[in-house]
Amino acid sequence: MAKKAQSTLINMLLSLTTIAVVAAAALAFVSSVTEEPILNAQKAKKEAAIKAVLPAFDKLEETSIDGTNCTKAYGPDGQLVGMAIESSTEKGFGGHLEAMVGFDAEGNVSGYQILQTAETPGLGAKAGEWFQKGNKGDVIGMNPATELKVKKDGGQVDAISGSTITSRAFCEIINNAYKTFQKGGNK
Amino acid sequence: MKATDIIKNGLIKENPTWVLVLGMCPTLATTTSAVNGMMMGLATTFVLVMSNIVISLLKSVIPDKVRIPAFIVVIATFVTIVQMVMQGYMPDMYETLGLFIPLIVVNCIVLGRAEAFASKNNVWHSLLDGLFMGLGFTWALTLVGLVRELLGAGAIFGHSLIGGNDGMLLFILAPGGFIVLGFLMALVKKIQKNS
Amino acid sequence: MNLLKISGSPHVHSDESTKKIMWRVNLALVPMLLTGIAYFGLNALLISIVSVACCCLFQWLIEKFILKVPSTVCDGSAIVTGLLLAFNVPATADMIWLVAIGALVAIGVGKMTFGGLGKNPFNPALVGRVFLLISFPVQMTTWPSVGKWFPMTTDTVSGPTPLGILKEGGNIDLPTLTEMFLGHMGGSLGEVSAIAILIGAIYLLWRKVISWHIPVAFIGTAFVFSGILWLVDPTAFVDPVTTILTGGIMLGACFMATDMVTSPMAKSGQLIFGVGCGLLTIIIRNWGAYPEGVSFAILLMNAVTPLINRWCKPTRFAC
Repeated sequence: MAKKAQSTLINMLLSLTTIAVVAAAALAFVSSVTEEPILNAQKAKKEAAIKAVLPAFDKLEETSIDGTNCTKAYGPDGQLVGMAIESSTEKGFGGHLEAMVGFDAEGNVSGYQILQTAETPGLGAKAGEWFQKGNKGDVIGMNPATELKVKKDGGQVDAISGSTITSRAFCEIINNAYKTFQKGGNK
Repeated sequence: MKATDIIKNGLIKENPTWVLVLGMCPTLATTTSAVNGMMMGLATTFVLVMSNIVISLLKSVIPDKVRIPAFIVVIATFVTIVQMVMQGYMPDMYETLGLFIPLIVVNCIVLGRAEAFASKNNVWHSLLDGLFMGLGFTWALTLVGLVRELLGAGAIFGHSLIGGNDGMLLFILAPGGFIVLGFLMALVKKIQKNS
Repeated sequence: MNLLKISGSPHVHSDESTKKIMWRVNLALVPMLLTGIAYFGLNALLISIVSVACCCLFQWLIEKFILKVPSTVCDGSAIVTGLLLAFNVPATADMIWLVAIGALVAIGVGKMTFGGLGKNPFNPALVGRVFLLISFPVQMTTWPSVGKWFPMTTDTVSGPTPLGILKEGGNIDLPTLTEMFLGHMGGSLGEVSAIAILIGAIYLLWRKVISWHIPVAFIGTAFVFSGILWLVDPTAFVDPVTTILTGGIMLGACFMATDMVTSPMAKSGQLIFGVGCGLLTIIIRNWGAYPEGVSFAILLMNAVTPLINRWCKPTRFAC
């Protein structure tokens, strides 16, 4: 076994510097290799989220209406086929609740995805699946021109069992998103 | 030192989770399912093997007084590599494990093995030690994840056994991690004692 | 190596007195069992039977096959746990089998893991209840409707609890105070009737099984704290009388916070314990993710009991 390097200032400086430089070089190399896949993965994720809430489209355009992030989707002839709107409320059971809501050109709900939630696990946290197509609280295809409300409040939406408050907050998110859609969706 | 001893130490006798009780933070946080636990274990294994090899190679040129910063730089480098590769090629898994990948840097097992083993032993033994310590960590995490997933979601490796129903939610939440880990640790201790 | 035996309270000297205390607690729980059956019918009876039977069975199995020690099922403590667990769940048909899982957790995790009666840091019945609440939130927050007396059929229509009504801000009327006092409202099996709880509590006070410190500090703090909040903003917060008559405050304060094993030994410590429970309950009710906070509050205070015991040494008899 080679003799151990002594802890002199020069030795310490040299060894640490060398290790740091080699490490930096290695990382720079890996970073250059993985840069593109990382960007692609992030883009794919966002697109997948938008795709999931919108009808089929050809081209996307990001805009902002009254400070709300929106993505407009256009069909092959350049006509508007739908719009994805980020909407949120503070009235969830756990406070902040945020979702991306998609509308088709007529303003029917075409899909949604929960982006941020602090709802109770097993109760309100089910909102991610509960209101999807084919599930109990299916809201897909509904048109919020008549405000969405839970059945308990005389509306048409089946509330998540045991989570009326979350369900109300969810309806509010959709209704708010619809208001944004009306402001900017008809052009 | 015999290679078989190193293997036995890593997997059972000095298992990082059951015996050394190191790296509890990722153990509790990432074992919400068997796959998550396994991936976390494998990521840690990769870092362990690589850092053990490099540190064993460098042990004679690193002065004693600066060995800890040197070890940390080496470990952090490999962790960052794992992080970038995962982010690029396994974005879903990266999302699930998230914060806990960069936290491998401060996982006591990695620095512990560097300090206690790799800085004193040759490259071949250090590689073996890193690999089997890592695999010991992996099987422990996979087991915890398996039990939690089975009880909490009624599924095994993502295959649901109870249809659309929920399992006992508590087990995939934080308190379930502590309870399952505790009972499994007791069980492993008992089995070890008897054998 | 068992030269020195270190054990938590109660420092009993014979099995006889543990047994006596536990059977007195069981007797004190009977009024709540009866009101539960009166309001929720057959389900309430079945849940109580399953819960008690499972608690005793699991304790016996664990002692016989895992710990290999003489059975202590006869001391009645498993029955207390079983009854309290049953009192803390909604009396719906679903709960009849779920309560068995709760019993396994209460006895297996909450009690026997730590070495059995006297060594458990947390109230076993509450461990079981919180486990059920977090694991099966839908079933644990679906309440049977209250209507006629002695309902024999399974009523699947879920009726809201006063706390649920308040938190949801719905337009359904709250029960009147008399109804709340008698227990004619939605809620867990044994927590609804304040009067039944008081009868049991007074019996325990008379028999000196419990002292007044924890219940009074607990309910008093909850009353004062919620009263202050109510005075500040009557529209956002619940009035103090409704606060203490709904949910589990009464049951928790009189029967679960007073558990000798898991509460402080000194009187001053018991006051701190009660105040802590009251504050936490109101905080969780108003700002937490679950509508009811009594069980969480008591468990949290159970966790700091050793610390309180260190601050407040019980007064010695001869000094």
